[in-house]
Amino acid sequence: MWRTRLRALIVKELLAILRDPRGRMVLIVPPIMQLVIFSFAATLDVTNVDVMVLNRDAGRWGVELIQRIEGAPTFNTVATVDSLDALQAGIDEQSAIAAIQIGPEFSRDIAAGRPAEVQIILDGRRSNAAQIVAGYLSRIVNTLAREVAPANPNIPDLQVVPRTWFNPNRIYQWFMVPNLVAAIALLVGLVVTGLSIARERELGTFDQLMVSPLRTHEILIGKVIPPMMIGTVHITVYILAAVYVFGVPLRGSLVLLYGSAMFYLLAVIGVGLFVSALSATQQQAILGAFLFMVPAMLLSGLATPIDNMPDWLQPITLINPLRYFLEIVWGVFLKDLPPEEILADTIPLALIAVATLGTASWLFRRRME
Amino acid sequence: MSTTGPTGSAAPAAPAHSPGTSGRMRRFAALVLKESTQVVRDPSSILIALVLPMILLFLFGYGVSLDATRTRIGVVMEAATPVIRDLAASFQASRYFEVEVGQDRRQFEDRLILGEVRGIVVIPAQFAAEGAGRGTPTIQVIVDGSEPNTASFVENYAQGVVSGWARMRMTDVTGGTAGQPAISVEQRFWFNPELASRNFLVPGSIAIVMTLVGTLLTALVVAREWERGTMEAMMATPVTAAELLAGKILPYFLLGLASMTVCVLVAVFVFAVPFRGSVLALYAVSACFLVPALGQGLLISAATKNQFLASQLAMFTGFLPSFLLSGFLFEISSMPEIIQYLTLIVPARYLIPCLQSVFLAGDIWAMFLPHMAVMLAIGALLFVLAARNMRKRIA
Repeated sequence: MWRTRLRALIVKELLAILRDPRGRMVLIVPPIMQLVIFSFAATLDVTNVDVMVLNRDAGRWGVELIQRIEGAPTFNTVATVDSLDALQAGIDEQSAIAAIQIGPEFSRDIAAGRPAEVQIILDGRRSNAAQIVAGYLSRIVNTLAREVAPANPNIPDLQVVPRTWFNPNRIYQWFMVPNLVAAIALLVGLVVTGLSIARERELGTFDQLMVSPLRTHEILIGKVIPPMMIGTVHITVYILAAVYVFGVPLRGSLVLLYGSAMFYLLAVIGVGLFVSALSATQQQAILGAFLFMVPAMLLSGLATPIDNMPDWLQPITLINPLRYFLEIVWGVFLKDLPPEEILADTIPLALIAVATLGTASWLFRRRME
Repeated sequence: MSTTGPTGSAAPAAPAHSPGTSGRMRRFAALVLKESTQVVRDPSSILIALVLPMILLFLFGYGVSLDATRTRIGVVMEAATPVIRDLAASFQASRYFEVEVGQDRRQFEDRLILGEVRGIVVIPAQFAAEGAGRGTPTIQVIVDGSEPNTASFVENYAQGVVSGWARMRMTDVTGGTAGQPAISVEQRFWFNPELASRNFLVPGSIAIVMTLVGTLLTALVVAREWERGTMEAMMATPVTAAELLAGKILPYFLLGLASMTVCVLVAVFVFAVPFRGSVLALYAVSACFLVPALGQGLLISAATKNQFLASQLAMFTGFLPSFLLSGFLFEISSMPEIIQYLTLIVPARYLIPCLQSVFLAGDIWAMFLPHMAVMLAIGALLFVLAARNMRKRIA
């Protein structure tokens, strides 16, 4: 008996979401565009940058250095300026992120075997990118330095050999696309849950639902399962796109990924229901979901690592479901983490789900009485 | 006794002396007053305009940081010779790393997989021997590529520690300039010599906060009026569409400037971001940015006339682009070309460099003026579209 009731409720929910053209649009268009635009746009790589050169050296080494900078694939344009004022204006107005200044003694110093110097001026308003550009430019200068003065046989040439695990070419999309799998599930889960409760409230059908023979927990299950189904579809689309469009390796077990994703979706939907239960109007529900979503995204390691946050802030991330699911997607996609580690990140998700769903159910029941 | 008293003829004369402009002004003033009262009375407007900006600014200021300070790494000394110990001590002294020293790389490998350390530096046993004689001593740096940005920084900082150590040692050994490379590079970071990412992220996040107030709040509130039908009621009054739009916008324009002011105060006094430009420039660029932000909010509300859909569209076309496609965190030049063109219509893209300059560099009008012009142009376009959308609805 209750099974039929529940099935009817779920079918009704799905129809309500999918029949509504606005609902359909919100569910289909933004997620796909997000995947396409943000997976390409969200990159901390630094390429195609514009730099400037102020060469006051008349000799051949200055020209040589400029040619090498022009030949490097990282730089888009290498503009030549002829005065310090032009250099300063170029940096000020951000027509270049870095300027290389070669002094008048540069070639003479090298020819005489004296230590020569190159100055690099960088735009600190974009200090992250500027640091990376400084790294590129220093590497070019160091290579030239080594060729100019062959190493003193008494001085060993120290070499640092980097090796990158999991993502040997450090392709940023291998990091970002799995992140988007987790982020989109958060977005969709919150939106669908919020929408379904909000609609009932708007039309006044929520009270009807409450006085129907359905028990509170049945209503809750009826409200949880449709967003779970829709969220699973989105996750599947994103995983397929990650593997087949973006070529991200899927090294771990798909079963583990889906298993933990169920708990993640439950936790997210629990938050959505909790926010809906707390708010009296639709506007409050929308703002509430937003007030959860933005901190959840920022304090998860999605954009910047948790390690970089101040120590007092890091414990707050422990109640953030996205944080755990990010660890899981990185673990499954790139690292092939052992099952017990995936489990260790799934348990907090289950706890968050129990806490939020339990509180939401209590709030709804209290409202009914 | 005639039926019309002397006062009867005086009555219609009163409005006759205030035709045209002054009547319109009064009407407009009343409209602005009504809208402002509505804003002040609605707790959610105050929440979005003043509380949310503070929360967001704190989140961006503390939660988002590109500075990999104190990154945990493992340093493996495969032998405990004095030279190797000396190099390991240089790693421990570095302010970028939190170092654990071990004898075997296997003790760190599992922890690298778990993300508990972000890199392993392996100093081989033959390092000292090689260093004493000929050949090339090799130090291996293993980094976790699942976070590419951190991986690059760990590698660069490790490289820096090793070359700094080598130079010091050479100077110690030879007592001269032998350690110095043939060409040295002097790096100067203008405007932000301490290289704190917070100094540019906090000004950038003010643009995101203003997008929220301008676009999300306007879209939500005006969409609610459409839902309730009060917008149509207003359009039936003698107020023109342009007056109606302007009356709607003015309070939110002031609210946007108010939340920007709150943010700037927090940035300067809490986050200690330097403020080197002028207040005039700050308000000028912000005011120019609010035009497209509010225009976008109005357009969204006029096109959807539904709060839920409006909030989704405001998120998707307002908040996310100003976060991801504006150069706030991710360099526009690194994006594929098509997406670079897309960023040209994101108003925040023009505001963020201006804000970063006002804070860190000073007034650079040569950059502000063209950016302000583009923002106003985008704003004008959005207002025209919003006005057309409203008229269509009524017709």
